[in-house]
Amino acid sequence: MSLDKEKIKHVAKLARISVDEAKVDSLTKDLNSIFKFIEQLNELNTDKVEPLTSILNQSLRSRKDEISDGKIREKILKNSPKKNEEFFVVPKVVE
Amino acid sequence: MSNITNQSLSEILESIKSKKISSLELTQAYIKNIENAKKLNAFVTTTFDQALENAKKFDNKSNNEQLLSGVPLAVKDLFCTENVKTTAGSNILNNFVPSYESTVTKNLWNNGAFLLGKLNCDEFAMGSSNETSFFGNVINPIGDHLVPGGSSGGSSSALVADLTPATIGTDTGGSIRQPASFTGTVGLKPTYGLCSRWGIVAFASSLDQAGPMTKTVNDCSIMLEAMSGFDEKDSTSINKKKETYSKNLKDNIKGLKIGIPKEYRVDNMPKEIDELWEKGKKILKDLGAQLIDISLPHTKYALPTYYIVAPAEASSNLARYDGVRYGYRSQKGKDLIEMYENTRSEGFGDEVKRRILIGTYVLSSGYYDAYYLKAQKVRQLIKKDFDDSFTKVDAILTPSTPSSAFKIGEKTNDPVSMYLNDIFTVPVNLAGLPALSLPAGLDKQGYPLGLQLIGKALDEQKILNIGYAFEKNCGYKNEIKKWWS
Amino acid sequence: MSKEKFDYFINGEKGKYEVVIGLEVHAQVLSNSKLFSGSSTKFGADPNKQVSLIDSAFPGMLPVINEECVKQAVRTGLGLNAKINNYSVFDRKNYFYADLPQGYQISQYKNPIVGEGKVLLDMPYGSKEIGIERLHLEQDAGKSIHDMDPSSTYVDLNRSGIALMEIVSKPHLRSPDEVNAYIKKLRTIMRYLGTCDGNMQEGSLRADVNVSVRKVGDKNFGTRCEIKNVNSIKFMQMAIEYEANRQVELLEDGKVIDQETRLFDTKKNETRSMRSKEDAHDYRYFPDPDLLPLKLEQKLIDDLKKSLPELPDNKKERFIQEYGLNSYEANVLVSEKEISDYYEEVAKLSDKKLAATWMMGDLFAMLNDKGLNISNSPISSKNFAELVQSIKSGEISGRIAKEVFEIMVESGDNPKKIIESKGMKQQSDPKELEKMINEILSKNKDKVDQYKAGKEKLFGFFVGQVMKLSGGKANPQLTNEILKKLLKG
Repeated sequence: MSLDKEKIKHVAKLARISVDEAKVDSLTKDLNSIFKFIEQLNELNTDKVEPLTSILNQSLRSRKDEISDGKIREKILKNSPKKNEEFFVVPKVVE
Repeated sequence: MSNITNQSLSEILESIKSKKISSLELTQAYIKNIENAKKLNAFVTTTFDQALENAKKFDNKSNNEQLLSGVPLAVKDLFCTENVKTTAGSNILNNFVPSYESTVTKNLWNNGAFLLGKLNCDEFAMGSSNETSFFGNVINPIGDHLVPGGSSGGSSSALVADLTPATIGTDTGGSIRQPASFTGTVGLKPTYGLCSRWGIVAFASSLDQAGPMTKTVNDCSIMLEAMSGFDEKDSTSINKKKETYSKNLKDNIKGLKIGIPKEYRVDNMPKEIDELWEKGKKILKDLGAQLIDISLPHTKYALPTYYIVAPAEASSNLARYDGVRYGYRSQKGKDLIEMYENTRSEGFGDEVKRRILIGTYVLSSGYYDAYYLKAQKVRQLIKKDFDDSFTKVDAILTPSTPSSAFKIGEKTNDPVSMYLNDIFTVPVNLAGLPALSLPAGLDKQGYPLGLQLIGKALDEQKILNIGYAFEKNCGYKNEIKKWWS
Repeated sequence: MSKEKFDYFINGEKGKYEVVIGLEVHAQVLSNSKLFSGSSTKFGADPNKQVSLIDSAFPGMLPVINEECVKQAVRTGLGLNAKINNYSVFDRKNYFYADLPQGYQISQYKNPIVGEGKVLLDMPYGSKEIGIERLHLEQDAGKSIHDMDPSSTYVDLNRSGIALMEIVSKPHLRSPDEVNAYIKKLRTIMRYLGTCDGNMQEGSLRADVNVSVRKVGDKNFGTRCEIKNVNSIKFMQMAIEYEANRQVELLEDGKVIDQETRLFDTKKNETRSMRSKEDAHDYRYFPDPDLLPLKLEQKLIDDLKKSLPELPDNKKERFIQEYGLNSYEANVLVSEKEISDYYEEVAKLSDKKLAATWMMGDLFAMLNDKGLNISNSPISSKNFAELVQSIKSGEISGRIAKEVFEIMVESGDNPKKIIESKGMKQQSDPKELEKMINEILSKNKDKVDQYKAGKEKLFGFFVGQVMKLSGGKANPQLTNEILKKLLKG
């Protein structure tokens, strides 16, 4: 399987990363060498193997339904690059 | 007094306890070292004022009952620290000041230590040489042209240069053990779930684990004891009784069965690595351990598996860096989508972007089964290899890395050769097991080399004991000229 | 009740089309705190006041699941007669949006907590079973506010991380009416269970509507469009109507329907393609490595099953058996748990059938009029039962009862007291009535003669006169009897 530039641009779009046109060639080369390496896995027949979902052999632990958090708006907003007293502010979203 | 900082953590703790030195004097000594070691670029942030305050506070009302009484510690800049900038080595978090403290660092402070500064690391812990950090590469004190390993390269460099008495790193595929090996120090990746991940900037959640980096095995056991423990805020934290690793440290390993996996003898492995391994086997055998040949047949597939699983998780974990709630935001772009694309493109470095793209691709529609699902199946096989072997042996001995520290810039243009550095460390993360890297010798250039002891899940005490016995009989000692100061 | 025939079809020139609808209902779980954090779920707080570091996805934050949300999902699954899965997995659904702080939604993809189930609808043309495909737990997103600033969007994360149950139906619905009945039935079941308040105004119940059309008789489904996030039954119905007709028009014109996500514009009453969702279909689901598989012990499921309240379908059957109601009455009276409780309290103390009639008539009309519901009714169930009993025993007439009812609404008083103090008791003393009737007959001799001559219609006139003279209190039955007797004489 080889990755072409169009595929890489599509994946970059999904990942919300803009790719510098000047770097696409070297990126394509790097990713292809990485995928060539990764595809060694195809040597293995794994038809009868269950995929591993968690390395820990235990069930999910739960917590009690209690209100123990929140009411920290100042802390939540403090680091935001753009905000007002109540909200995070982002460029207009077009639906 | 002048050489207090090149002592081990346990010796320093003893000196504090016996009041041979005050916490303030100790802290001042480290600050002086750090100020003289700017060339190493090991620190992203220093918190000297705060550290001096804490030292004074300790001296005024010293409580020597704690594990880490009165000791200043620098930590990898991947641990969120309350009101202290936390960058993960990235431009995208360059201005991020958490309002919270990671569980692991909080545990250290609750045991009497205090923060000295934040240590450089590969961006989001993605790297094996500390060359991907937004804050520049870190230099290995072993030689001014060498990398300190990665991603916890600031940690290994600072430790070996006596800029902190001990430190902590995180290990997703070898990020503690490889830098420890490159600097002749001790590094432990604990069992997955032993140390809380809460408050640590995530790279790959199913693999990430924090652990100690120290000068001696005893120090390692002290640090592990302090930092580990159940945390109800982490759903993958293991709920078990806290262990007293340092108190239980024993050097009698007679009768223990040590597995030697044949698959770790890889093609093109330098002869001196092989010799080092032989040396290690001999030491353990002489101490009364029994060497047993074992097979971990899927070892070869660990690295390809890792380079699917880790980027996949990372691509999702790093989606939160979008310029909305914290961190860097690009001023370019006319709408929300362009803001995202520019923010992430400008905020992340090349290696991080590369891994996000790999991860996005292996999860994307039409490729999931071929890559991600396949990798999770192979991961099952790798885990099974270890499970099978551990029915026969107590621990497994392997080299830590396939080479000693390489030159700065040597591998930056060849990602695969960079990735191959983690060939011996990655299987352990995939299987969630504990592993200890121990300094064991030097190569012909005089650069340190390490051996790795892999244990069963939650069997940290046993590999620490073996390491402790090994250390006493190996006679390894770092001889470093402080060329940087 | 006479059975009508199902007749929701769209007639085109090339044939008759049937509309195929499947719903993905998002029901907010009733819980104090969020699915994976300890923030409050209360509606209406100030912006970003119910947000934790986890809900806003700060670096290093980790989810820990709320046990009550899991139980609520199991209860709901049991209420939908569904299979509860002992093993389920939380996955990440990856996409970027301003109000999705993690950059992914924690949801369940391949292994949901609840599997197949079913819901019964009572339609005018008979009862219809709607299959449930699955129910899974997931996080809600925050809220983007687009109209507070001309150039910016504001983000409020109060809702971010609240637990939702996504209930996916099979494509078994065939008309806007069935959608209406289905949503109402789901809401009733969840309200009985106490797992979702079903409040559509507050967004506790929303749905994505999948619509396709096909010619009647076709076996294969047509291409479907998904209308996102519709938050009222009326809008769902309007959106389906519009969308189905749009699709039929396309087919009639020989055009192809694109499978796409559409938005219902409530102002224009039309659906339109959502361009922002163009590339969002690739959600890159994978198991959330911050969480472990959820393993439910059978005992927990059994215990929850034992503690379930009686559900509407069972209650309806019981009302028919125990109270002698017809299917329609039973349906109405079980439609809300509070109504059924009220009815049972009343029925225990009075005539069961008459109680049903009066509740569904005057009581509901009054509540509706005043914008109240049964739980804040000005008439207590005990007083209402007394009123019904007073009618049944003949103490007051139906007409007087209406007056008493009005006074009860205003004053909240007990009907006995009202009847006593206002002297509204029915006149049922035959001697008194006879005296009154004789007086009327003697005043209207001419009419009595006409009646006797065969103009029997005049009987009503005499009754009216009696009522007038008695102030409406004369017992109608007795009045009839005595009148007849005296007119004969």
